[in-house]
Amino acid sequence: MTRSILPYGDRALLVQVDSLEEVLALYPAVDATRPPGVVDVVPAARSILVTVEPGVLPLRRVQDWLSALPPSRAAVRNVEDAVVIDVVYSGPDLDEVARVQGVGADDVIAWHTGTPWRVAFSGFAPGFGYLTAGSGRRIVPRRAEPRPRVAAGSVGLAGEFSGVYPRESPGGWQLIGATRARLWDAADEHPALLMPGRTVRFRAIPP
Amino acid sequence: MTAFDVLDPGPLLLIEDLGRPGSAHLGVPPSGAMDRASLRLANRLVGNAEGTAALEILAGGARLRARGPHWVAVTGAWGDVRTDGRPLPVDRAVLLPHGAILEFPVPDRGLRYYLAVRGGIGGADALGSRSTDVLSGIGPDPLLAGDVLVAGPVPALPVPPIDEAFTGPPLDGLVRLRLRPGPRTDWFAPGSMQALVDGEWRVSPASNRVGVRLEGEPLRRVRDDELPSEGMVAGALQVPPSGLPTILAADHPVTGGYPVIAVLVDADLDALGQLRPGQPVRFTRATGFA
Repeated sequence: MTRSILPYGDRALLVQVDSLEEVLALYPAVDATRPPGVVDVVPAARSILVTVEPGVLPLRRVQDWLSALPPSRAAVRNVEDAVVIDVVYSGPDLDEVARVQGVGADDVIAWHTGTPWRVAFSGFAPGFGYLTAGSGRRIVPRRAEPRPRVAAGSVGLAGEFSGVYPRESPGGWQLIGATRARLWDAADEHPALLMPGRTVRFRAIPP
Repeated sequence: MTAFDVLDPGPLLLIEDLGRPGSAHLGVPPSGAMDRASLRLANRLVGNAEGTAALEILAGGARLRARGPHWVAVTGAWGDVRTDGRPLPVDRAVLLPHGAILEFPVPDRGLRYYLAVRGGIGGADALGSRSTDVLSGIGPDPLLAGDVLVAGPVPALPVPPIDEAFTGPPLDGLVRLRLRPGPRTDWFAPGSMQALVDGEWRVSPASNRVGVRLEGEPLRRVRDDELPSEGMVAGALQVPPSGLPTILAADHPVTGGYPVIAVLVDADLDALGQLRPGQPVRFTRATGFA
């Protein structure tokens, strides 16, 4: 495990680690110990961006804080806290995903519903969480041709991640199902259903 | 209280304040005024708190009609702004009578005017801000002809008799922007930072609130594998495979997969927000401690 702190202009630093697992372990520790002057803590695939108000928190102190910080040991959350998302598994790419994995569609559904997922980070659109299955991961290639229109609530797979489209947008993920769950509501005090660190379980429901 | 009728929004008429920093981990861009100093100044001039919502008026063509007398201030771009056909003094508070028509022509300098009204532009907040984010769609829609804007409650502070801050007009001709190193200098051929600083760049017409694209001699990347998506900041010079940097701006996506070679100093983001298509840009290395 190596942790590098990389320069990022005059009000941010980027913590780079070797794996998504390290991001998952470090992000809660960074978030829980943030000193006054931190503006944003943004986890991503192999890094965590920390932006600050340098007048309140000089970058030199950010560097010291992030270098010395031990990763969180409580990385695995109680799955009782999981957000449960009901899905109708009838997506247009379900059969293709099964074919690529050399299994039946039922097996894809059993895997997707049987795995506790974790929100690793957000991006792409407000409320879009990149969900990781950890040791249960299966790699799924993106679609060769992205779709110009993917409906809100579409449940997809790409690379090692699963995700749910919070709103209609273009998209290249393989779509295996759809949910009515509301992923994003800008007017709500807690606008995103899926925040980094949350555990997510998918539950199959009939169409 | 009704403030303005939008008669013509021009190319892009938006409500902006200082945006919604602090929600990037939810995938929410910072958004807010492209030229924050001009927004702050306009608000101070009419006695508002500096981060109050105001109008960001892109280039020329916008026309508004005042409803009821209102204290307003116009800052940012310099142009022949008129009220009922007469020149409107800029960078100071002006009391507009009911029915006065404000016209914003193509500016002589800069790109974005800011119009603050005493009490601020009213409306609903989303994640603590009234700013329109053109990338994510958060905030009010861009304004259209026929829209009616309301002013918020009159602030406790009086309209100050004079504002001591003088900012001067946006720069004409060559603009120099200061850089600090980004996290991915090692993705570029040796000497690329120097090439960035030595190069003559021009602002592409394909620029917007998401990013300001540059034209010039492409930078040479030495790696063409895919960078795992990582957090982005406003001012980051992101370099796609074309080698031509895009400087991310207020409505930038929170994560991106192109390497960032360098980052504008925060204080130069306001100048970025006033760059015009075709304007020449040069970079200098920022000195001193960050």
